[in-house]
Amino acid sequence: MRYWIMVLSVIDYRKSIASLWIYIISLTFALLTITAEIMASEAENSNAVHYGAYLARIGNCMGCHTTKGGQPFAGGRRLSTSFGVFITPNITPDKETGIGLWNQQDFWQALHQGRSRDGRLLYPAFPYTEYTKVARQDADAIFAYLQSLPPVSQTNPSHDIFFPYNSESLLAVWRALYFKEGVYEPERSKSAAWNRGAYLAQGLGHCSACHTTRNALGASQNETLTGGQIMGMNWYAPSLFSHLEAGSGNWEIDEIVALLTTGITKRAVTSGPMATVVRQSLQYLSQEDALALATYLKSLTENDTSSVPGVHFLVTTGSFRKHLELGEKIYQEYCQACHGADGKGTPGTYPALDGNRGVVMDSPLNVIRSVLNGGYPPTTAGNSRPYGMPPFQQILRNEEVALVVSYIRNAWGNRASLVRALDVDRSKGGDD
Amino acid sequence: MANANGNAVLDSMDERVKACTICHSAEDKVGRDAYYPRIAGKPQGYIFNQLRNFRDGRRYYQPMVILLENMSDEYLREIAQYFSSLQLPYPDPERIKMQPEEIKLARHLIYSGYPKRNIPACSACHGDILMGVEPAIPGLVGLSRAYITAQLGGWRNGGIMRAQTSDCMSEIAKQLTESEVNIVAKWLANQPVYGKPSSFDVLSSELVDRCSRTILENGGAE
Repeated sequence: MRYWIMVLSVIDYRKSIASLWIYIISLTFALLTITAEIMASEAENSNAVHYGAYLARIGNCMGCHTTKGGQPFAGGRRLSTSFGVFITPNITPDKETGIGLWNQQDFWQALHQGRSRDGRLLYPAFPYTEYTKVARQDADAIFAYLQSLPPVSQTNPSHDIFFPYNSESLLAVWRALYFKEGVYEPERSKSAAWNRGAYLAQGLGHCSACHTTRNALGASQNETLTGGQIMGMNWYAPSLFSHLEAGSGNWEIDEIVALLTTGITKRAVTSGPMATVVRQSLQYLSQEDALALATYLKSLTENDTSSVPGVHFLVTTGSFRKHLELGEKIYQEYCQACHGADGKGTPGTYPALDGNRGVVMDSPLNVIRSVLNGGYPPTTAGNSRPYGMPPFQQILRNEEVALVVSYIRNAWGNRASLVRALDVDRSKGGDD
Repeated sequence: MANANGNAVLDSMDERVKACTICHSAEDKVGRDAYYPRIAGKPQGYIFNQLRNFRDGRRYYQPMVILLENMSDEYLREIAQYFSSLQLPYPDPERIKMQPEEIKLARHLIYSGYPKRNIPACSACHGDILMGVEPAIPGLVGLSRAYITAQLGGWRNGGIMRAQTSDCMSEIAKQLTESEVNIVAKWLANQPVYGKPSSFDVLSSELVDRCSRTILENGGAE
């Protein structure tokens, strides 16, 4: 603007040919400067949008803010919890129904402080308890990306939260107890990669939204990723700290990277909600970030004291043996063709069951669900044509599923508790 | 690749779709919770659209929703192509006794429809020989009476598709009486299978327009 003022004053005071030249030169210079400024700011914005798109993937915003088959980011997905049903909001830049009227500061306030644009406290179904760790610059980039999306006019129903959880003052108390506001602070004793991994896992990646036990008030029990039943879902998110569950201390870094980005490795395959996270989010990790995340996850088992498996003695009573023999018959008929008589499977295609932690974890929920519902690993660039597990719910009765799961939990080198038909029944449902 | 027993795991679609063929076998099957139709030989576009409808929540049956949850369009298209290309013999037609007036009514519904009741002839979309129309309209012969009755019933009460605003089969099925559904199902199940699906150009533009969400390749996506 200052160039224009200068130009105008020149015209007023000296109406000569010389001044015309100055005018033309100044004008050209001014236009060039302005154009350069606009281009620079556009380039900056397009960089921010580009980086914001990447970060939004890693935070998997779309996963919750989109209904099945619905418009991306337009919200409307139901999250059922023991406190009520939360409906995710529309975060496209529609002015009426989305966040088109928000500015960077409003977005930061939501992400960092868990407050909506109007100052209302947000329910932690939106994981601001983790997102608070996201740096301002990254939050701004995500906001720039969201604002660059096509606006979608979609009004979603309001939450249906049960009494007394629908009270804002109770929410304030909850926050005082369980919410700690603050951007991630690097640990100086650790490497840059470790800190980047920790930043992603604890913040945007919000791993602890699932991989943790929650107390009766829905708060993560601690900051550690010690595993727990996923709220509102009939799945158990294994501990990332324990060698007995999904701790990766004994894994090569490359294998952890492969599991995160392709959904499958020689010894493990992602299923259920984790398969969805890999498909929607983690497969897009940059090589550097995948390595960083793996470095951090691998370090989590350092202090694990549960590395010696709990001793399970095989009770060799007649009825116990009979139980497992019945299970073995079912195994031979339906499972053995793919998983092998020795339970070793075909690495990378059909997972081994012998020594598979998903099979022998204390909670039998996931292995029961895998037998009941089957499923395909996520299609990813690294595994675009996966092999699948049939849904045996269509063929086997609860009692039979209990027998075969009990068998694979105790065949070969595996030792774990038996499963009852009641456990199988309880493992059904819980999908939207 | 070989598994621990020394058996080679085939790098084939047969092997990859084992999760499907446990229910969808060479013939229609009555399962523990539902009727599992044979999908072999159905038009590729039809199978692809149904797979995507299940995955994206437009067609609802929980086991299919869970199975397809994390599958890409590309892979679903390949799976559809695989089942579509399977040429398996069809079962013999059923032999259900029908009264002459029932046969007359069935033939009228199928080949002429009732335009005044907004019911087009079945053959207008499913082809003169009712073997379907490429790429996305399925044939009506080679199906069992139970399956046809169940599908038409599902469309009548909205139990098959949800959240799909223009679902032409649902609109048509709602015009039919229960007795008409039964008669059509009996007649179709009695017909032998012969010939191939018709090509897309036999369809009138009016019907293409009416059923575009169902029969076009994009399967109802905007």
